[in-house]
Formats: sequence, C-alpha cells, structure tokens
Amino acid sequence: MFATKFDYQKASSVSEAIQLLASNPGAKIIAGGHSLLPMMKLRLTSILMLIDIGGIEEMRGISVANGILRIGALTTHAEIADSHDVKDNAGILWETAYGIGDPQVRNRGTIGGNISHADPASDLPTVLKVMDAKFTIQGTGGIMRGGSRTVSADDFFLGPFETALGENEILTTIEMPVLAANQHAEYAKMAHPATSFAVVGAGIVVTVENNICTAARVAVGGFTPIPTRGPSVEQALVGKELNEENIVAATSLIHNDLGSDVFGDVFASAEYRQAMAAIELKHAIYHATGFAHHN
Amino acid sequence: MTTRIFGSGIRRREDPRLITGGATYTDDVQLPGMLYAAILRSPHAHAKINSVDTSAAAAAPGVVAIYTGADTDGVLNPIPCAWVPPGADLVAVAHPSIAKDVARYQGDAVAVVVAEDRYQAEDALELINVDYSPLPAVTNPEAAMQPGAPQLHEDAPNNQAFHWVAEGGDTDVAFEAADVIVKDKIIQQRLIPNAMEPRSAVASWTRATGELTLWSTSQNPHICRFLASLVTGIGEHKIRVIATEVGGGFGSKIPMYADEMIASFCSMQLGLPVKWTATRSEGFLSTIHGRDHVEYVEMAATREGKITAIRTKIYAGMGAYLSTAGPGVPTILHGLIYSGAYDIGATKADVYGVFSNTTPVDAYRGAGRPEATFLVERLVDLLAVELGIDPVELRRKNLIPKFEDGHDVASGITYDSGDYEPLLNMVLGQADYQALRQEQTRLQESGHYMGIGVTCYAEICGLGPSQVAGAVGFGGGLWESAIVRFHPTGKVNVYSGISPHGQGEETTFAQIISDELGVDVDDVSIVHGDTSNTPMGWGTYGSRTTAVGAAAMVLAARKIKEKARLLAAHLLEAAEADVEYVDGHFTVKGSPDQTKSIQELATMANVAWNLPEGMEPGLEASAFYDPPNFVYPFGTHLAVVDVDADNGHIVIRRYIAGDDCGPQINPMIVEGQVHGGVVQGIGQALWEGAVYNDDGQLITGSMVDYALPRAHLLPNMEVLSTETPSPHNPLGVKGIGETGAIASTVTVYNAVIDALRPLGITSLEMPLTPEKVWRAIRQQQGS
Repeated sequence: MFATKFDYQKASSVSEAIQLLASNPGAKIIAGGHSLLPMMKLRLTSILMLIDIGGIEEMRGISVANGILRIGALTTHAEIADSHDVKDNAGILWETAYGIGDPQVRNRGTIGGNISHADPASDLPTVLKVMDAKFTIQGTGGIMRGGSRTVSADDFFLGPFETALGENEILTTIEMPVLAANQHAEYAKMAHPATSFAVVGAGIVVTVENNICTAARVAVGGFTPIPTRGPSVEQALVGKELNEENIVAATSLIHNDLGSDVFGDVFASAEYRQAMAAIELKHAIYHATGFAHHN
Repeated sequence: MTTRIFGSGIRRREDPRLITGGATYTDDVQLPGMLYAAILRSPHAHAKINSVDTSAAAAAPGVVAIYTGADTDGVLNPIPCAWVPPGADLVAVAHPSIAKDVARYQGDAVAVVVAEDRYQAEDALELINVDYSPLPAVTNPEAAMQPGAPQLHEDAPNNQAFHWVAEGGDTDVAFEAADVIVKDKIIQQRLIPNAMEPRSAVASWTRATGELTLWSTSQNPHICRFLASLVTGIGEHKIRVIATEVGGGFGSKIPMYADEMIASFCSMQLGLPVKWTATRSEGFLSTIHGRDHVEYVEMAATREGKITAIRTKIYAGMGAYLSTAGPGVPTILHGLIYSGAYDIGATKADVYGVFSNTTPVDAYRGAGRPEATFLVERLVDLLAVELGIDPVELRRKNLIPKFEDGHDVASGITYDSGDYEPLLNMVLGQADYQALRQEQTRLQESGHYMGIGVTCYAEICGLGPSQVAGAVGFGGGLWESAIVRFHPTGKVNVYSGISPHGQGEETTFAQIISDELGVDVDDVSIVHGDTSNTPMGWGTYGSRTTAVGAAAMVLAARKIKEKARLLAAHLLEAAEADVEYVDGHFTVKGSPDQTKSIQELATMANVAWNLPEGMEPGLEASAFYDPPNFVYPFGTHLAVVDVDADNGHIVIRRYIAGDDCGPQINPMIVEGQVHGGVVQGIGQALWEGAVYNDDGQLITGSMVDYALPRAHLLPNMEVLSTETPSPHNPLGVKGIGETGAIASTVTVYNAVIDALRPLGITSLEMPLTPEKVWRAIRQQQGS
C-alpha cells in the first residue's frame, strides 16, 4: 500500500479546481479519497497530481425545492443517510447510502466521487438511474461563460470507470425528482461477502394507481459494465396489477435487456448473476410494494 | 472465607492499550538510522530464474542496497522445517530465504531492496529486471502426485514430501466385517489466515558486540530465536527476539519465515536497523496458508449403528516448501484423533504430504483437528442417513462413556477426562431439538429448506508432553517455565516464556496468580514476549498457553508460598507446623492477631533484615512444567440454517456452542474465544477458500476476493458449557482457543446438507457459496 509519488493541490472553489485541472494535464480530482486512493496505493494507477476538492463548501449540502431533491456532489454517504429530506423524498437513496461500506467509509466517501468513479459494482449508479437523476457538470469553457451542462444518469455512465465527464470537468450537483406518494422505489442487492459490493443490484421505481402499475423504471447493476435499464421488464409491468404472478413474469424478462457483456468471477459466474438479476428485481418490487415476501 | 477471582469475568486488562493505539507493535518500532526493506516476489508460480538485473534499481533515489539469492546463498542457512514425523520418509528440501535458481510459488522472494524510506524501496522494486523462464505449475495436492505432474524438487519424486501411516486396531478386519460402509471425498479447501496485524520484522545488528535484536510478529519468540540462530549462525545467547505486542496469529505467526531472516541479513550486511512489514496483499502470498487436503474417507459400522472403524487416504498440500510445523499438522494433529467423541475400535490415517506450487501450508486455528472432526462428523451423518437413524441418536449411541482418569482410543493416545452426554443433552435442550425437527418437516411441506447440524467432538490440545513431542518428531520440547517474583513493596511480576498475542492471558494469568498468592489481582503483572527478560518457553499455539504455561506459574507460586511460610514462622516466632495459610495470610493457629500477609513477608524477604538461618533473601521462584499428557476438550455444537432455493442463499438462524474446557478462569474470555473460533470455522464452511488458476496464480489474493466472515452475516451465538477438570494439570484446565473452529465448519456444513437432502443433494464443495447451492438445486430439479 505505497502509492507512487504524486503532487497535491487543494482547491477552495469549483472554478479554482477547474483551472488547476486545465493547467495540469493528467491531474485527477479527489474528494473523499475512498476509490482513487486505494487504487493508487495498490499501484493499480499512478497519478501525477491530485486536486483535492474536499474543502469546497459550495459543493456540499442537501435541499428540496419545487419537487426536486438536490444534493451537492461533495455530500458524504453519512450525510445522505442522516438526512430527513432524503429519507422523505427518496427513501431508496437514503437506504442505499446507509448500506455503503462501513461508518468510516460513509463518513469520508461522497456521492459525487462515487458516481464519477463509476465502479460497476457500486450501488449508487443503479439507484440514481432508476431515480432518473440529472448531474450538473462544470468545465472550463462552461464556467467562464456562466454555463454548465446537465447530463442524465441514463447518459452519464459510459463503461466501467468511464463517464461523460470531460478532461477538465467536475461533477457538482445531483438532482432527482422527489418520489410521489404513489411511487414506490427499492434497491435490492446480492452483496459480495468480502466487500458488500453488488454482485447483482436491482433498482426499481414503480407508480401504482388503483392497484395497477402505471409507470416503471427498472435498472440492474453490479455485473454489467454500467447500470442497465430493463425496458422489457418495465413494459411488462405497466398496466398490470402487481401480484406475484405478474411480478415474476415481468422480472424474468430482464435477461432480454442485459446484452452479452455480463461479468462473472470466482464467487459468482455470469450465468448465475443473470439468473439472480430477475430474483433481485422481484425482491425489490416485493419490498417496494409491501407485497408479502414470497411463500 | 476464600474469595477467588478464578472464575470471574473481569475485563481484559490489555484492552485499553490495544484498542486505543497504546501498544507498540513491531511496525511501530522506530530506531535511529533505520532503513526499510521491500521484498520482490516472484509473479510466477513456477519459473526458472535466468538472471536478476538490479542496476537500475540500485541507482534509484534513496536505495542503499539490493540483495538477491546469490548474496544470501551460503550466508543464510536454509529455513528449517522443525517437525519431522517419524517413519514417513520426509524429504527436507532446501528452502532458501531468497530463491536463486527457481521460484516455486507466486510470492517466493527473489530480491530485497533496502532504502531510506519505504516508498523508495517500493519504487526501486519496480526497476529490478528479472529474466524468468516460466515452468508448468501444479497447485492441487492430489494432481501434484499424478504421473506427468510438474516437479518441484529434484530430491522429492512425484512431489511427495512424506508418506505417513498411523493405524490403531485392525481397520481391514473391521471393514471386511462391516454391515455398512459409507464413503466420501472431502475437499478441505486451502484457507488464508488473516491476522489484523500483518507480519513485520525489525532487525538490528550490533556489529561491535555481534548481537542481533529482532522484533518479530511471532507467537513463539523463543522458538523464533532458536531457529534464527540456526539460519544466521549467531549463537542464541546473542540473539534477542521481542514479540511483546502481536496483533493476532491464529497459527500463521508460529513459523520461521524467510522474510524475518532477510531483514536480519540486511541489517547484518549494513550495520543498521532494517524494518520490513508485509502489505496485506504480500501477506496473502507469503504468510502460510491452512488446510488444503483432498481426502478419501470411509466409515464402517454395524447394522445397529455401532461405528467400528474409520479409514482415510489423504493428500495434504504442503506448499512449495515445508513450513516450520507443516508436516505435523495433517499427521500427528489429525490422524491420531479420528475417534473424536466416539468409541471406535479401529482407525487408520494414510497421509501423503505433497509439494505444490503454492504458498507453504502450516498450522491454522485448529490445525488438523478441524479436518479430522469434519471427516468424522461428515461420515456419521452419512451413516445416519444410510441406516435411517436420527443423527443425534446415532451419535449418542457411539459416545465414549464418562471417564475421569484416562480413556485409550484406537490410535494409541489416551484422553484425559470426559463426560460427553450431559453437554449433548444441554445443547439439544437449548435448541429444543425435537421441535426443530418437527418445524423442519412442516417447512419442507411448503417448499422451505431448513437444516440442522449437530457435532460431537473431542480434540487434542495443550501441547504437550515433551517426551511425546520427541517421539512424534517435533523439533523441540513442549514444556513451559515461569518465574514469579515479589518486589519489595509486595507487588508481583510473573515472567513467562509463553507468548499471548491478543487472547487475554495477561488477565487470566493475573487471576490465577492472584488466587494462588492471595494478593489483589491488580498487584500482579505478566511479562511475556521478550527473550531477554523471560525464561525459556515454547510459545502460544495448540491451545497450550494456559494448560501448560499457567501450570508452570502455579507451581512457581506454590514454591513461593512454602518459603513465605518459613519466613512467617520465623517472624511470628512460631513453629512452622503451627502456621496456617489462608487467603494471602500466614497466621499462628489459634492466635488470629499473630498474622503476616504474604505481601508484608515479601517486603521482609527483600530487605532481608531478619531471615531464618540459611534462608536466601528475596521472594521468588521459578518452575518448569512438562505435562504428563495432552488435554482433551470436548463438546456439542448445533446449527440451524435456512436455505433459499431461489438463489442458494444460506442463513444461519441459530448457532449453539456447548464446550467443556474444564474450570473457566474467566468465562467472558472463554466466550470470546468460542465466538472467534466458531466464526473462523463458519468462514471455511461458507465463504473462505483460496483459488488458484491453472498457471498457479492466486486469484483470491486480496480482501476484495477472499471473503472473511463479517459480523452482520452471523447469528447471535448461544454459548453453553460444562466443567470436567483434567486430572493431570494443577488447574484442571483444558484449551478453548481452537474448539470453535474445530466444531463449527462441519456443524454448519452438515446443517446445509441436511436442509438440501430432500432435494437429493448429499454433498457440496466448500465454501458453500450461493451459486454452488443454486447449481446443485437446479441440477437436481433438472434430473
């Protein structure tokens, strides 16, 4: 656990961080340091300069206005897990944040750092995708002209450890619509016993009116390069009553949406993970809708 | 009235310093001028080393020196194997500290860099250019003995390290006469021990005096000194090994490792202190592994369910070299204890020790006894199914009846004391076994799979009689010694050669001595871990620390009391026979005012103003204790599991551990040991297992892939006990450090198989991952 030599700069504002990024090719942003530092210490990556954005207050905080939950990218998992705003408006995120790592990880790790790192085994990308989150990104050109761009979670994740973030851009804010009273959301996962990372993670948001599912967003992650939406499952759910038969039938369609790039390892093969995706989706919908656990 | 602190669950006195950063571990040691070593390890499991080019690395910033196998060859003697079971044709292959011609496992040391700081050393490692010719590798012990397998050592044909057979009774006759025979193939998968503290060494050579001081993460500093002397050629009297604070070991810190000797070599070359500390990943490759058996096992019985014999053929992986105690584990600590808790007329162990291109294998918590218990209990469950007898009733039918002073088993060893059935009944009562069986049937009808596993075990620990140690090829004694010393103010230090490393024995030993001497427990401190201020001892492993080490302390304390009595009689002007000892006070019979506390006497003995004629000053004594036998703890464990047929998930609903370790000095610490052991054993059943690929690369080389047990995956543990004293040590105590790991793996395994039996599943390989369970279920449903 001995990183190669690197320089370190602390930025005190978003614009300073972006300027530092632009003037130091190869530099990387560090927030909580819970993804990048271990990789550096294991010498899986070598970074010439770290730009620490950890002290930028403007990137921190949670608020709700006009039906939108807004979370600063530097907000820690612990802060999210402690927030009534998150609990009341996006319970799925609140619960997921609470399940990340251990207290030490949650106290340091940030939501923005987690997303920017884009680890396929992470929980948050899957959750944010089903929550239809939007990410605000600031870059050199953008900030000077008073602009920034917004990328939806559907478009943000490009591959393992690969995102829509450009060379000199920083993710600053995460926004998502608050859940309506008739919307039910849940994230269910099969956790790796060693790390608690997702072997298979399944997120769902279903809208239920008069006992009928009128809208559904479904995504699975942990075993695909990026969180994968499940349009087949979504279509099969909409217009149906959420009973055991319909839930099982719909979630079993997830294999149609997975594509060929499915991960496996010594703990759980790709074949097993594919099969479990349906099971975890089923669990998620059962829990979300208060459907009695299958007998 | 006597109040004893023996038996009281007082808090562990070592905890404040251990959990608040107040302890000085080896890696915390800082010495003036200290340099830092980093070891280059072979990335190949098997490769010829053509050349090692260190020129670029030598020119890197801060690099002081680089050494290769060519430098240590002939200077450091080979790392010795210290346990050579007799009659086994053991091939003691040379184990160089740094590989020179051939690297034989991924992690084998190839070079060492010494630099001014640890980062520079690590950077320079990347600049060393080793020209390897990779060779075919073999990692499975059974495969390694097949014709055509890659060969590791020229002097060990077919990779056979040894072949050891132990038979008691006539197993062939028993099997021929058997009504029923059950068989199984068992894979005792390779485990990777992980203590919280990685291994570390600080070597400091004093050129002017020719003395080596070695801070080492060792469970047995005196053995470490002994073996360091053999490797370096420095006399033992000029080596000081310090291992006062060690952050866990579980057996992995028993062996003498190459790394400590490499650090010592560097310090001796440079005349400066050198520190080496393993990274966690380095530990996965270079710290010993455990288990690694491929076993063919069978049990013979009568139709009525009387077990008559056990017979095995075992391929035990030894790794690329023989570790310090490696060969003793699958032989002496395994093949002699097949009777377990049962009366079995004949047992035979046929064990091949096998070299493979893997990290050396040695003792890991339980060391041989978990493997033995697993195969016995596995076979008993198979037999129960075969005969249609309830597995608990089959066990009860075969239990050894109560015995108080010795019971001979077929393998030739003699158990000390035992009363097995009460604990079985206690555990069954706690579980409400009959109700559980009814629930199981009910649940099964609705497609839910619940299983119950019950284990009865007896194990051998408290190692052990030195004469037996010699007879079984252990390269040392197994006695212990202690010095108990009263200081002038009446405070007591106990100096012990034993070496606790987190178990809490600074507390339990103080409890024992407090009672023996009648002084407050806070007036007693235990000194251990430094060869320069402790008497000779063979260390902490094999659940021997209390049964052997504390016994020596008690004998020394009793000597002190005899001297104190003479002094009391002298000072009280009474006849010796008239002086009574009660609770730390010597009193003249019939004159309660005429009394001296032992602490007052300690003052008088130390100032020595008025001693009886011929009495030496001071109040201290030393004693040696060589146990006449091992100790044999026993117990019954029971697990209840639920298996989800949808995804293969196993949830341990209940775990009940009933153990008898004799009188308990500190029940809280006993419970902690049971918890830890049970958890480690469950780790083997459900999560842990080293996986190598075909090239011999360790796939599970970090905590990202190698799953250690986590608290949230475990049930609340229900801990029960009975107390059957051992007849032969002064405290009657037996070991408790390993029983949990010995019993729990098979208990959980059998519970899972019990749950899956209605689906037609009778066997699975550990660890029982959800996918394996799910696949087995699917296969049965498909067939």
